[in-house]
Amino acid sequence: MLIENKRALAEGFRDGVPIGLGYFVVSFTLGITAKHAGLNPFQGFITSFFNNASAGEYAGFIVIAADAPYWEIALITLVANARYMLMSTVLSQKFSPDTPFYHRFFVGFDVTDEIFGISVAREGKLNPFYNYGAMLTALPGWSIGTAFGIVAGNILPPSAVSALSVALYGMFLAVIIPPAKKDKIIGATVAASFALSFAANKMVPFLSSGTRTIFLTLIIAGIAAVLYPVKENENDA
Amino acid sequence: MTHEIYIYILIMSVVTLAIRILPLTLIRGEIKNVTLKSFLYYVPYVTLAVMTFPAILDATQSQISGALALIAGMAAAFFGASLFKVSLTCCAVVFVAELFL
Repeated sequence: MLIENKRALAEGFRDGVPIGLGYFVVSFTLGITAKHAGLNPFQGFITSFFNNASAGEYAGFIVIAADAPYWEIALITLVANARYMLMSTVLSQKFSPDTPFYHRFFVGFDVTDEIFGISVAREGKLNPFYNYGAMLTALPGWSIGTAFGIVAGNILPPSAVSALSVALYGMFLAVIIPPAKKDKIIGATVAASFALSFAANKMVPFLSSGTRTIFLTLIIAGIAAVLYPVKENENDA
Repeated sequence: MTHEIYIYILIMSVVTLAIRILPLTLIRGEIKNVTLKSFLYYVPYVTLAVMTFPAILDATQSQISGALALIAGMAAAFFGASLFKVSLTCCAVVFVAELFL
């Protein structure tokens, strides 16, 4: 393996450790929902391995629990996970254009909120091995955690769950705050996002968080793009 | 239960993977349109900000510990702490705060 790939893999693994730990804890609770829906630990494991999405899987388990028609689970998964389409599009621009199909395929396999967050924070073009490193902790953390949740229920003390559940938000802050400090427009965009997200949460509480994320992203990033188009050399951030 | 759980899982997985893999594999070149490019440039900041707040307040046992974690995490990130340190700071703040709340 090339030295630079090896280094990217190690860095991805390092940045993936808090992701894997956070996932393990969060997916425990997801496992409890899966158990109520009638899934066995193996079924929970494969669902989480191939989906790696909290809201999407949660919504899916509710559909399974209700024994609803198959088209419903397709639709609800599409709605709950649609934001990944935007993230995947952003990452397509972070790759060098000659990146082969199989790298695009396997990086796409695990575009989660957190892995997206750490990969966009990388300087310059994205090395797929960075994502593979992060996936080495994220995928087992999430899928084994789900299976354990089905087997064991909630054995972790609530104080530990509470503390670890902010790990993933901490990661998002580490990605957005430094560029917000450096660039006034990004700073204003982040501030507007916080404010509008809070307002939307209060005013349209019936929208799921996934749908709210998509609407707000389209609106706020759309307005920022029209008002403050980015100059040529700034787009590798 | 009239539906097969494995078919549910298969449908969920196919939909999720298609959503994630299609843009990355189909958009192979650089997008040239300035507005679209700028939009994609702002997307990560908006998406991650929207997902963080106010959700962080409801992730913890008490909204106060969530708010403290938000402030501590923003401060740590502002002063240049690494991803791992910011994350750990947030967890530690919640753990300690909830001993008193």
